Amino acid sequence: MQVTLTLANDISTDIIYPGRFMATVLPSETPQFAFADDLAFNGRLKAKEVPAGSVIVAGQNFGCGSSREQAVSCLKGHDLVIVAKSFARIFLQNAVNLGLRVVVCPGIEAVEGDKLEIGATLVRNLRSGKEFPVIALPPSRQSIIDAGGLIAFTRQRLMQLKKAV
Amino acid sequence: MTLAEKILARASGVPYVKPGDVVEPRVDLAMSHENAALVLHQFHEIFKGLAFEPQLWDPSKVAIIFDHRVPAESPKTASNQKRVREFASWQAISKFHDIRGDTGGICHQVLPENGYVRPGQVVVGTDSHTTSHGALGALAFGIGATEMASVWSLGRALNVEVPATIKVVVSGKFKPFVGPKDLILHLIGKITAQGANFKVLEFHGPTIRTMSTSGRLVLCNMSVEAGATAGIVPADAETARYLKEEAGVTEALDLVSPDADATYEAVIEIDASGLEPQIACPHTVDNVKPITAVAGKPIHQVVIGSCTNGRLDDLEVAAKIIRGKKVSSGTRMLVFPASGRIYRQALGKGYLGAFVQAGAVVMNPGCGPCLGVHEGALGDGEVALSTTNRNFKGRMGNPNSEVYLCSPAVAAASALKGVITDPREDH
Repeated sequence: MQVTLTLANDISTDIIYPGRFMATVLPSETPQFAFADDLAFNGRLKAKEVPAGSVIVAGQNFGCGSSREQAVSCLKGHDLVIVAKSFARIFLQNAVNLGLRVVVCPGIEAVEGDKLEIGATLVRNLRSGKEFPVIALPPSRQSIIDAGGLIAFTRQRLMQLKKAV
Repeated sequence: MTLAEKILARASGVPYVKPGDVVEPRVDLAMSHENAALVLHQFHEIFKGLAFEPQLWDPSKVAIIFDHRVPAESPKTASNQKRVREFASWQAISKFHDIRGDTGGICHQVLPENGYVRPGQVVVGTDSHTTSHGALGALAFGIGATEMASVWSLGRALNVEVPATIKVVVSGKFKPFVGPKDLILHLIGKITAQGANFKVLEFHGPTIRTMSTSGRLVLCNMSVEAGATAGIVPADAETARYLKEEAGVTEALDLVSPDADATYEAVIEIDASGLEPQIACPHTVDNVKPITAVAGKPIHQVVIGSCTNGRLDDLEVAAKIIRGKKVSSGTRMLVFPASGRIYRQALGKGYLGAFVQAGAVVMNPGCGPCLGVHEGALGDGEVALSTTNRNFKGRMGNPNSEVYLCSPAVAAASALKGVITDPREDH
């Protein structure tokens, strides 16, 4: 999986999905505005130059700020994978709920163009040969991913409740 | 148990919880704004193909307040609002606040001033600043639209991990022209933008006990800027006073407190008497400096308002500084009262007149320019000084501009000079 973009700490949801596009809400329509103010990267995304499964490597506190779910759905729409040193709480929960692949990797070191092998416990940088431990998501979040996201998880629960009644 | 643990345990029907436990608390209040349009979409997705119709678990516990883009700035927003308005009518949502001068306003002001939030409640909102409502002793946290759709369906928040709590103890009396905004900016600067990520900030100490609910709302509102899941102030006599006198609540209140032997992950002590006015510099909220470090910086736009600092006491401080003077030429000053009620109170007390006569533009209640979606955008290379809560790159609609954050007193004094100004200089 190739690193397509590297980012610093504290990348806010205003960078990922600027507020002025928030009237656009549908997951099918948000991907066009991913990183809209980063004209170069947004241009590559729109030109389909970033293959599905490409990786954004970020620093600490990725996705801080707003609860806007567009910041997750716009990345999910391009099938990106986010490897970050840490994530802000609401962004991480939204990613789990919508099925955006997020990997918590506190020591990650990578530059654009590197190829990463992402496993359950380690990320291996194939260029440098270095390995970086992954912090697994807690079972409470993993169970939502395993169910196929929060919509599926909630549907299961609703049907159980209806049966119980 | 800490206050957050106690509230989560009760709402989940268990006697005891500790950090890391996973619970499914009942939700007492579920708030959305314009993004209810997305919640609605996801709500219908949940029910797609099921044998039963989409139905809110309890319409009386759902609140929808239009504030982010009011009145609508585009046909797209207007159409989203129309869809939500029709849904609110169909589901008979009584806590629906449309675009109105009497009952409208910013969600984080409308909820408290109407008495919707009570101590001990679990409040969720599709807005990160839902942390505000901890000011009334509720556990209030932001969630995404899909999670809200789940809450609308089930009335519970699923798979909530009990967060650890950091106790913040504040003592000492504020100096003149220093207040809650300076305190929370100082705290965020001290612990950083991720210092409370996945944690709760629980506020204690004599300074908090003597602080008005309006001031407590500032602290809890901006707790999320340190990454906090929630900020919370244990309910006390002031909470009861506010709910009774200002929010018209007549029912008995349950002033739930943390246990004396609660376990905190850390304790942070702050002496408020030593604080100077604080400024959060571009482009992160934790880039906080005392005003002396940035005084003299030229500014093109001053914004007073928002869920952080658009309440009556904020407007009062600013109006007293502005009255009889003029906003500097070359600087625009925009004022956004946080709700229709505050707008009318400020009108009655002459604050709005003072602003207009000084050359400020008084706008209708709403989020305004805070998040760059509606009005008050900045030009390339321009600098704003604002009482709002975020200064991220691009926040006010233009990535080639800068936003500094401050208190209403600093904003007003600076508007008169056209540069960042210490309000203690001339007053």
